[in-house]
Amino acid sequence: MASTGVIMLLFLIVHMAGNLKIFFGPTDFNSYAAWLRTIGEPVLHETWYLWVQRVVLLACLVAHVTSAIQLTHRDIHARPQRYRSKRPWRATFATNTMRYGGAILALFVIWHILDLTVGAVNPRGEAGHPYENVVADFGVWWIALIYVVAMLALCLHIYHGFWSAAQTLGANNAARNVVFKTIATVLALAITVGFLSVPIAVMTGLVR
Amino acid sequence: MNLTLRIWRQSGPDESGEMVTYQVTDVSPDMSFLEMLDILNEDLILRGEQPVAFDHDCREGICGSCGMVINGSAHGPVQTTTCQLHMRSFNDGDVIDIEPWRAAAFPVIKDLVVDRSAFDRIIQAGGYISAPTGTAPDAHAVPVPKPDADLAFENATCIGCGACVAACPNGSAMLFTSAKINHLNVLPQGQPERESRVLDMVTTMDAEGFGGCTNTGECAAACPKGIPLASIATMNREFLRAARKAPR
Repeated sequence: MASTGVIMLLFLIVHMAGNLKIFFGPTDFNSYAAWLRTIGEPVLHETWYLWVQRVVLLACLVAHVTSAIQLTHRDIHARPQRYRSKRPWRATFATNTMRYGGAILALFVIWHILDLTVGAVNPRGEAGHPYENVVADFGVWWIALIYVVAMLALCLHIYHGFWSAAQTLGANNAARNVVFKTIATVLALAITVGFLSVPIAVMTGLVR
Repeated sequence: MNLTLRIWRQSGPDESGEMVTYQVTDVSPDMSFLEMLDILNEDLILRGEQPVAFDHDCREGICGSCGMVINGSAHGPVQTTTCQLHMRSFNDGDVIDIEPWRAAAFPVIKDLVVDRSAFDRIIQAGGYISAPTGTAPDAHAVPVPKPDADLAFENATCIGCGACVAACPNGSAMLFTSAKINHLNVLPQGQPERESRVLDMVTTMDAEGFGGCTNTGECAAACPKGIPLASIATMNREFLRAARKAPR
Protein backbone atom coordinates (compact mmCIF):
# COMPACT_ATOMS: atom_id res chain seq x y z
CA MET A 1 0.00 0.00 0.00
CA ALA A 2 2.83 2.36 0.85
CA SER A 3 4.75 2.05 -2.43
CA THR A 4 1.66 2.15 -4.67
CA GLY A 5 0.36 5.10 -2.65
CA VAL A 6 3.60 7.01 -3.17
CA ILE A 7 3.47 6.42 -6.96
CA MET A 8 -0.13 7.68 -7.13
CA LEU A 9 0.83 10.65 -4.94
CA LEU A 10 3.61 11.61 -7.39
CA PHE A 11 1.05 11.51 -10.21
CA LEU A 12 -1.34 13.71 -8.20
CA ILE A 13 1.32 16.38 -7.69
CA VAL A 14 1.91 16.60 -11.47
CA HIS A 15 -1.83 16.38 -12.20
CA MET A 16 -2.58 19.22 -9.77
CA ALA A 17 0.18 21.42 -11.20
CA GLY A 18 -1.12 20.76 -14.73
CA ASN A 19 -4.65 21.72 -13.70
CA LEU A 20 -3.43 25.17 -12.67
CA LYS A 21 -2.81 25.85 -16.38
CA ILE A 22 -6.53 26.60 -16.56
CA PHE A 23 -5.80 30.05 -15.09
CA PHE A 24 -3.88 30.95 -18.27
CA GLY A 25 -7.03 30.69 -20.39
CA PRO A 26 -8.64 28.23 -22.83
CA THR A 27 -5.88 28.31 -25.47
CA ASP A 28 -3.08 27.46 -23.01
CA PHE A 29 -5.10 24.82 -21.16
CA ASN A 30 -6.38 23.07 -24.27
CA SER A 31 -2.99 23.03 -25.97
CA TYR A 32 -1.43 21.72 -22.72
CA ALA A 33 -4.01 18.92 -22.71
CA ALA A 34 -3.27 18.18 -26.36
CA TRP A 35 0.49 18.15 -25.61
CA LEU A 36 -0.05 15.46 -22.97
CA ARG A 37 -1.01 13.12 -25.81
CA THR A 38 2.21 13.82 -27.67
CA ILE A 39 4.67 13.10 -24.82
CA GLY A 40 7.45 10.82 -26.01
CA GLU A 41 7.07 11.63 -29.69
CA PRO A 42 8.65 10.92 -32.07
CA VAL A 43 9.99 7.79 -30.27
CA LEU A 44 6.48 6.89 -29.16
CA HIS A 45 3.31 7.22 -31.17
CA GLU A 46 0.55 9.62 -30.11
CA THR A 47 -1.03 8.74 -26.71
CA TRP A 48 1.36 5.79 -26.18
CA TYR A 49 2.97 7.44 -23.19
CA LEU A 50 -0.49 8.28 -21.84
CA TRP A 51 -1.53 4.65 -22.06
CA VAL A 52 1.64 3.46 -20.30
CA GLN A 53 0.87 5.90 -17.50
CA ARG A 54 -2.75 4.77 -17.34
CA VAL A 55 -1.75 1.11 -17.09
CA VAL A 56 0.81 1.84 -14.34
CA LEU A 57 -1.71 3.92 -12.37
CA LEU A 58 -4.43 1.31 -12.77
CA ALA A 59 -2.04 -1.42 -11.59
CA CYS A 60 -1.15 0.75 -8.57
CA LEU A 61 -4.80 1.38 -7.80
CA VAL A 62 -5.72 -2.30 -8.03
CA ALA A 63 -2.76 -3.32 -5.85
CA HIS A 64 -3.54 -0.51 -3.36
CA VAL A 65 -7.20 -1.48 -3.02
CA THR A 66 -6.43 -5.21 -2.91
CA SER A 67 -3.97 -4.80 -0.05
CA ALA A 68 -6.41 -2.49 1.75
CA ILE A 69 -9.11 -5.17 1.53
CA GLN A 70 -6.70 -7.90 2.62
CA LEU A 71 -5.50 -5.80 5.56
CA THR A 72 -9.04 -4.96 6.64
CA HIS A 73 -10.07 -8.61 6.37
CA ARG A 74 -7.12 -9.68 8.49
CA ASP A 75 -7.76 -6.97 11.07
CA ILE A 76 -11.41 -7.93 11.48
CA HIS A 77 -10.40 -11.56 12.07
CA ALA A 78 -7.76 -10.50 14.60
CA ARG A 79 -10.53 -9.28 16.94
CA PRO A 80 -13.58 -11.52 16.53
CA GLN A 81 -15.13 -10.37 19.80
CA ARG A 82 -15.42 -6.60 20.07
CA TYR A 83 -15.21 -4.47 23.21
CA ARG A 84 -18.48 -3.58 24.92
CA SER A 85 -17.28 -0.18 26.07
CA LYS A 86 -16.43 2.50 23.56
CA ARG A 87 -12.80 3.02 22.66
CA PRO A 88 -11.63 6.55 23.45
CA TRP A 89 -10.92 8.61 20.31
CA ARG A 90 -7.15 9.13 20.42
CA ALA A 91 -6.04 8.97 16.77
CA THR A 92 -6.73 11.84 14.36
CA PHE A 93 -9.91 12.06 12.27
CA ALA A 94 -7.79 11.38 9.16
CA THR A 95 -6.45 8.13 10.65
CA ASN A 96 -9.85 6.87 11.71
CA THR A 97 -11.49 7.56 8.34
CA MET A 98 -8.85 6.08 6.00
CA ARG A 99 -11.07 3.19 4.89
CA TYR A 100 -14.17 5.33 4.28
CA GLY A 101 -12.11 8.05 2.61
CA GLY A 102 -10.47 5.44 0.41
CA ALA A 103 -13.88 4.12 -0.67
CA ILE A 104 -15.03 7.67 -1.50
CA LEU A 105 -11.88 8.20 -3.57
CA ALA A 106 -12.31 4.90 -5.46
CA LEU A 107 -15.86 5.91 -6.44
CA PHE A 108 -14.64 9.39 -7.36
CA VAL A 109 -11.91 8.00 -9.67
CA ILE A 110 -14.61 6.15 -11.66
CA TRP A 111 -16.81 9.28 -11.76
CA HIS A 112 -13.88 11.51 -12.68
CA ILE A 113 -12.84 9.31 -15.65
CA LEU A 114 -16.44 9.16 -16.91
CA ASP A 115 -16.69 12.92 -16.45
CA LEU A 116 -13.51 14.49 -17.79
CA THR A 117 -11.68 11.70 -19.63
CA VAL A 118 -14.51 9.90 -21.42
CA GLY A 119 -16.96 12.78 -21.15
CA ALA A 120 -19.94 10.47 -20.71
CA VAL A 121 -21.39 12.22 -17.65
CA ASN A 122 -20.04 15.67 -18.46
CA PRO A 123 -22.78 18.28 -19.19
CA ARG A 124 -20.84 19.26 -22.33
CA GLY A 125 -18.48 16.32 -22.89
CA GLU A 126 -16.84 17.53 -26.09
CA ALA A 127 -13.54 15.76 -26.86
CA GLY A 128 -10.56 18.08 -27.38
CA HIS A 129 -12.15 20.90 -25.36
CA PRO A 130 -11.16 20.14 -21.75
CA TYR A 131 -11.34 23.82 -20.73
CA GLU A 132 -14.96 24.17 -21.83
CA ASN A 133 -15.82 20.78 -20.29
CA VAL A 134 -14.38 21.83 -16.92
CA VAL A 135 -16.29 25.12 -16.98
CA ALA A 136 -19.50 23.30 -17.90
CA ASP A 137 -18.87 20.80 -15.06
CA PHE A 138 -18.49 23.22 -12.21
CA GLY A 139 -21.42 25.32 -13.34
CA VAL A 140 -23.57 22.47 -11.99
CA TRP A 141 -23.68 22.68 -8.19
CA TRP A 142 -23.90 18.97 -7.45
CA ILE A 143 -21.01 18.06 -9.75
CA ALA A 144 -18.90 20.69 -8.01
CA LEU A 145 -20.04 19.27 -4.64
CA ILE A 146 -18.93 15.73 -5.61
CA TYR A 147 -15.55 17.16 -6.56
CA VAL A 148 -15.14 19.20 -3.37
CA VAL A 149 -16.10 16.27 -1.10
CA ALA A 150 -13.67 13.96 -2.92
CA MET A 151 -10.83 16.50 -2.63
CA LEU A 152 -11.41 16.90 1.11
CA ALA A 153 -11.31 13.08 1.44
CA LEU A 154 -8.09 13.16 -0.59
CA CYS A 155 -6.61 15.74 1.79
CA LEU A 156 -7.23 13.49 4.80
CA HIS A 157 -6.06 10.40 2.90
CA ILE A 158 -2.73 12.00 1.96
CA TYR A 159 -2.24 13.48 5.44
CA HIS A 160 -2.32 10.07 7.12
CA GLY A 161 -1.17 8.08 4.09
CA PHE A 162 2.11 9.86 3.40
CA TRP A 163 3.35 9.64 6.98
CA SER A 164 2.03 6.09 7.26
CA ALA A 165 3.97 5.12 4.14
CA ALA A 166 7.13 6.50 5.76
CA GLN A 167 6.43 4.22 8.74
CA THR A 168 5.69 1.17 6.62
CA LEU A 169 8.72 1.59 4.37
CA GLY A 170 10.93 2.04 7.42
CA ALA A 171 12.00 5.55 6.42
CA ASN A 172 10.72 7.10 9.64
CA ASN A 173 12.50 7.29 12.98
CA ALA A 174 12.14 9.36 16.14
CA ALA A 175 14.21 12.27 14.79
CA ARG A 176 12.57 12.36 11.35
CA ASN A 177 9.01 11.95 12.63
CA VAL A 178 8.31 15.68 12.76
CA VAL A 179 9.80 16.09 9.26
CA PHE A 180 7.51 13.45 7.73
CA LYS A 181 4.47 14.83 9.59
CA THR A 182 5.26 18.31 8.25
CA ILE A 183 5.76 17.08 4.67
CA ALA A 184 2.48 15.13 4.94
CA THR A 185 0.62 18.27 6.11
CA VAL A 186 2.15 20.48 3.42
CA LEU A 187 1.51 17.93 0.64
CA ALA A 188 -2.07 17.30 1.74
CA LEU A 189 -2.87 21.02 1.91
CA ALA A 190 -1.00 22.01 -1.28
CA ILE A 191 -2.59 19.27 -3.40
CA THR A 192 -6.08 19.92 -2.02
CA VAL A 193 -5.88 23.69 -2.37
CA GLY A 194 -4.47 23.30 -5.89
CA PHE A 195 -7.25 20.98 -7.00
CA LEU A 196 -9.99 22.98 -5.26
CA SER A 197 -8.84 26.27 -6.79
CA VAL A 198 -10.32 25.18 -10.15
CA PRO A 199 -13.99 24.60 -9.12
CA ILE A 200 -13.81 27.65 -6.84
CA ALA A 201 -12.52 29.77 -9.73
CA VAL A 202 -15.31 28.52 -12.00
CA MET A 203 -18.01 29.05 -9.37
CA THR A 204 -16.80 32.57 -8.57
CA GLY A 205 -16.60 33.46 -12.25
CA LEU A 206 -12.81 33.85 -12.33
CA VAL A 207 -12.60 31.10 -14.95
CA ARG A 208 -15.43 31.01 -17.47
CA MET B 1 -16.07 6.17 47.15
CA ASN B 2 -18.89 3.97 45.98
CA LEU B 3 -18.59 2.50 42.51
CA THR B 4 -20.60 0.45 40.05
CA LEU B 5 -18.50 -2.12 38.19
CA ARG B 6 -19.57 -3.89 35.03
CA ILE B 7 -17.20 -6.84 34.67
CA TRP B 8 -16.87 -9.44 31.93
CA ARG B 9 -17.62 -12.84 33.53
CA GLN B 10 -16.79 -15.99 31.58
CA SER B 11 -16.43 -19.29 33.46
CA GLY B 12 -14.16 -20.98 30.91
CA PRO B 13 -12.48 -20.74 27.51
CA ASP B 14 -15.38 -22.35 25.66
CA GLU B 15 -18.18 -20.71 27.66
CA SER B 16 -20.01 -17.62 26.54
CA GLY B 17 -19.52 -14.61 28.77
CA GLU B 18 -21.49 -11.54 29.77
CA MET B 19 -21.07 -8.23 31.55
CA VAL B 20 -22.18 -8.54 35.21
CA THR B 21 -22.85 -5.51 37.42
CA TYR B 22 -21.39 -5.27 40.94
CA GLN B 23 -21.42 -2.55 43.58
CA VAL B 24 -18.31 -1.79 45.64
CA THR B 25 -18.57 0.52 48.64
CA ASP B 26 -16.05 2.39 50.79
CA VAL B 27 -13.28 2.41 48.20
CA SER B 28 -10.34 4.57 49.25
CA PRO B 29 -8.82 6.83 46.58
CA ASP B 30 -5.41 5.57 47.74
CA MET B 31 -6.20 2.00 46.70
CA SER B 32 -4.75 0.61 43.52
CA PHE B 33 -7.24 -0.67 40.96
CA LEU B 34 -6.29 -4.26 41.80
CA GLU B 35 -6.82 -3.66 45.54
CA MET B 36 -10.29 -2.40 44.69
CA LEU B 37 -10.90 -5.68 42.82
CA ASP B 38 -9.50 -7.59 45.84
CA ILE B 39 -12.17 -5.89 48.02
CA LEU B 40 -14.84 -6.94 45.54
CA ASN B 41 -13.52 -10.53 45.47
CA GLU B 42 -13.43 -10.78 49.29
CA ASP B 43 -17.03 -9.69 49.30
CA LEU B 44 -17.93 -12.21 46.57
CA ILE B 45 -16.19 -15.05 48.46
CA LEU B 46 -18.08 -14.18 51.68
CA ARG B 47 -21.33 -14.28 49.71
CA GLY B 48 -20.36 -17.69 48.33
CA GLU B 49 -19.92 -16.48 44.74
CA GLN B 50 -17.02 -17.07 42.36
CA PRO B 51 -14.39 -14.29 42.67
CA VAL B 52 -13.44 -12.39 39.51
CA ALA B 53 -10.34 -14.01 37.99
CA PHE B 54 -7.63 -11.56 36.90
CA ASP B 55 -3.89 -11.87 36.25
CA HIS B 56 -1.51 -10.11 38.64
CA ASP B 57 1.93 -10.74 40.04
CA CYS B 58 4.45 -8.07 41.05
CA ARG B 59 1.95 -5.25 41.56
CA GLU B 60 4.76 -2.75 41.01
CA GLY B 61 4.42 -2.20 37.28
CA ILE B 62 7.29 -4.36 36.01
CA CYS B 63 5.93 -7.85 35.36
CA GLY B 64 3.25 -7.11 32.77
CA SER B 65 0.72 -9.60 34.18
CA CYS B 66 -2.19 -7.37 35.10
CA GLY B 67 -3.90 -6.57 31.84
CA MET B 68 -7.50 -5.45 31.56
CA VAL B 69 -9.43 -2.97 29.50
CA ILE B 70 -10.99 -0.32 31.74
CA ASN B 71 -13.67 1.90 30.20
CA GLY B 72 -12.38 1.03 26.73
CA SER B 73 -8.74 1.85 27.48
CA ALA B 74 -6.02 -0.77 27.99
CA HIS B 75 -4.86 -0.42 31.63
CA GLY B 76 -7.41 2.38 32.16
CA PRO B 77 -7.33 6.16 31.88
CA VAL B 78 -3.68 6.60 32.98
CA GLN B 79 -0.79 5.41 30.79
CA THR B 80 0.52 2.84 33.26
CA THR B 81 -0.11 -0.76 34.31
CA THR B 82 -3.41 -1.61 36.00
CA CYS B 83 -1.62 -2.28 39.31
CA GLN B 84 -0.18 1.24 39.24
CA LEU B 85 -3.55 2.80 38.43
CA HIS B 86 -5.08 4.28 41.56
CA MET B 87 -8.69 4.88 42.46
CA ARG B 88 -8.01 8.62 42.71
CA SER B 89 -8.29 8.55 38.92
CA PHE B 90 -12.02 7.83 39.38
CA ASN B 91 -14.88 9.68 41.04
CA ASP B 92 -17.51 8.63 43.55
CA GLY B 93 -20.49 7.10 41.77
CA ASP B 94 -18.57 6.21 38.58
CA VAL B 95 -19.62 3.26 36.45
CA ILE B 96 -16.51 1.35 35.38
CA ASP B 97 -16.50 -1.23 32.58
CA ILE B 98 -13.83 -3.93 32.92
CA GLU B 99 -13.12 -6.33 30.05
CA PRO B 100 -10.32 -8.73 29.14
CA TRP B 101 -7.87 -8.03 26.28
CA ARG B 102 -9.76 -8.80 23.08
CA ALA B 103 -7.77 -10.51 20.32
CA ALA B 104 -8.05 -13.76 18.41
CA ALA B 105 -4.46 -14.51 19.45
CA PHE B 106 -5.32 -13.88 23.14
CA PRO B 107 -8.18 -16.30 23.93
CA VAL B 108 -9.99 -15.71 27.23
CA ILE B 109 -9.21 -18.40 29.83
CA LYS B 110 -11.53 -17.10 32.55
CA ASP B 111 -13.14 -13.71 33.28
CA LEU B 112 -10.34 -11.16 32.75
CA VAL B 113 -7.52 -13.69 32.28
CA VAL B 114 -6.32 -14.23 28.72
CA ASP B 115 -3.77 -16.66 27.30
CA ARG B 116 -0.84 -14.53 26.10
CA SER B 117 1.46 -17.42 25.16
CA ALA B 118 1.32 -16.18 21.54
CA PHE B 119 3.85 -13.56 22.77
CA ASP B 120 6.06 -16.36 24.15
CA ARG B 121 6.06 -18.08 20.77
CA ILE B 122 7.09 -14.82 19.07
CA ILE B 123 10.00 -14.56 21.52
CA GLN B 124 10.93 -18.21 20.93
CA ALA B 125 11.13 -17.51 17.20
CA GLY B 126 14.05 -15.11 17.58
CA GLY B 127 14.07 -13.11 20.82
CA TYR B 128 17.43 -14.51 21.95
CA ILE B 129 21.14 -14.22 21.18
CA SER B 130 23.77 -16.89 20.54
CA ALA B 131 26.34 -16.46 23.31
CA PRO B 132 29.34 -18.68 23.98
CA THR B 133 29.05 -20.46 27.34
CA GLY B 134 31.61 -20.01 30.07
CA THR B 135 32.33 -17.34 32.62
CA ALA B 136 30.72 -13.96 32.29
CA PRO B 137 32.63 -11.75 29.81
CA ASP B 138 34.21 -8.51 30.96
CA ALA B 139 31.67 -5.73 31.10
CA HIS B 140 33.52 -3.59 28.56
CA ALA B 141 34.79 -6.35 26.28
CA VAL B 142 32.23 -5.41 23.64
CA PRO B 143 31.87 -1.64 23.26
CA VAL B 144 28.34 -0.39 22.59
CA PRO B 145 27.85 3.15 21.25
CA LYS B 146 25.77 5.26 23.65
CA PRO B 147 22.92 5.99 21.16
CA ASP B 148 22.62 2.24 20.44
CA ALA B 149 22.61 1.42 24.14
CA ASP B 150 19.88 4.02 24.73
CA LEU B 151 17.76 2.67 21.86
CA ALA B 152 18.20 -0.91 23.08
CA PHE B 153 17.23 0.07 26.64
CA GLU B 154 14.21 2.01 25.45
CA ASN B 155 12.91 -1.05 23.59
CA ALA B 156 14.00 -3.47 26.33
CA THR B 157 11.62 -1.82 28.79
CA CYS B 158 8.74 -3.68 27.10
CA ILE B 159 7.14 -5.93 29.72
CA GLY B 160 5.02 -7.88 27.24
CA CYS B 161 1.74 -6.93 28.92
CA GLY B 162 -0.19 -6.95 25.62
CA ALA B 163 -1.75 -3.49 26.02
CA CYS B 164 -0.58 -2.64 22.48
CA VAL B 165 -2.62 -5.52 21.06
CA ALA B 166 -5.60 -4.69 23.28
CA ALA B 167 -5.58 -1.00 22.32
CA CYS B 168 -4.94 -1.50 18.60
CA PRO B 169 -8.18 -1.25 16.57
CA ASN B 170 -6.70 -4.03 14.38
CA GLY B 171 -5.46 -6.29 17.20
CA SER B 172 -1.91 -5.95 15.87
CA ALA B 173 1.19 -6.99 17.84
CA MET B 174 3.62 -4.85 15.85
CA LEU B 175 4.69 -2.64 18.79
CA PHE B 176 5.53 -5.64 21.01
CA THR B 177 7.36 -7.50 18.25
CA SER B 178 9.25 -4.40 17.13
CA ALA B 179 10.39 -3.66 20.70
CA LYS B 180 11.75 -7.19 21.10
CA ILE B 181 13.47 -7.16 17.68
CA ASN B 182 14.99 -3.68 18.00
CA HIS B 183 16.24 -4.35 21.52
CA LEU B 184 18.55 -7.12 20.22
CA ASN B 185 19.13 -6.02 16.61
CA VAL B 186 20.76 -2.74 17.63
CA LEU B 187 23.32 -4.38 19.95
CA PRO B 188 26.59 -6.07 18.86
CA GLN B 189 25.51 -9.23 20.72
CA GLY B 190 22.42 -9.46 18.54
CA GLN B 191 24.19 -9.27 15.18
CA PRO B 192 24.61 -13.02 14.34
CA GLU B 193 20.81 -13.48 14.17
CA ARG B 194 19.99 -9.98 12.96
CA GLU B 195 18.26 -11.09 9.74
CA SER B 196 16.72 -14.38 10.87
CA ARG B 197 15.40 -12.72 14.04
CA VAL B 198 13.24 -10.16 12.28
CA LEU B 199 12.08 -12.57 9.57
CA ASP B 200 11.19 -15.39 11.98
CA MET B 201 9.56 -13.22 14.65
CA VAL B 202 7.41 -11.36 12.11
CA THR B 203 6.42 -14.66 10.46
CA THR B 204 5.41 -16.09 13.85
CA MET B 205 3.53 -12.91 14.73
CA ASP B 206 1.51 -13.21 11.52
CA ALA B 207 0.90 -16.94 12.04
CA GLU B 208 -0.49 -16.29 15.53
CA GLY B 209 -3.39 -14.36 14.01
CA PHE B 210 -2.55 -10.82 15.06
CA GLY B 211 -3.85 -8.04 12.80
CA GLY B 212 -1.84 -5.74 10.57
CA CYS B 213 -0.58 -2.27 11.42
CA THR B 214 -2.39 0.76 9.98
CA ASN B 215 -0.28 3.26 11.95
CA THR B 216 -3.08 4.54 14.17
CA GLY B 217 -0.68 5.00 17.09
CA GLU B 218 -3.14 3.58 19.64
CA CYS B 219 -0.51 1.05 20.79
CA ALA B 220 2.11 3.64 21.72
CA ALA B 221 -0.56 5.77 23.43
CA ALA B 222 -1.54 2.79 25.62
CA CYS B 223 1.93 1.35 26.28
CA PRO B 224 2.71 1.59 30.01
CA LYS B 225 6.42 1.61 29.20
CA GLY B 226 6.26 4.28 26.50
CA ILE B 227 7.67 2.21 23.63
CA PRO B 228 7.66 4.77 20.79
CA LEU B 229 5.69 4.27 17.58
CA ALA B 230 8.96 4.79 15.66
CA SER B 231 9.98 1.30 16.84
CA ILE B 232 7.55 -0.14 14.30
CA ALA B 233 9.24 1.84 11.50
CA THR B 234 12.62 0.53 12.68
CA MET B 235 11.30 -3.04 12.58
CA ASN B 236 9.95 -2.48 9.06
CA ARG B 237 13.36 -1.17 7.99
CA GLU B 238 15.05 -4.22 9.52
CA PHE B 239 12.51 -6.50 7.82
CA LEU B 240 13.06 -4.99 4.36
CA ARG B 241 16.84 -5.14 4.86
CA ALA B 242 16.69 -8.78 5.99
CA ALA B 243 14.33 -9.77 3.18
CA ARG B 244 16.83 -8.35 0.67
CA LYS B 245 19.89 -9.90 2.33
CA ALA B 246 18.62 -13.35 3.24
CA PRO B 247 16.59 -14.97 0.47
CA ARG B 248 14.73 -18.03 1.73
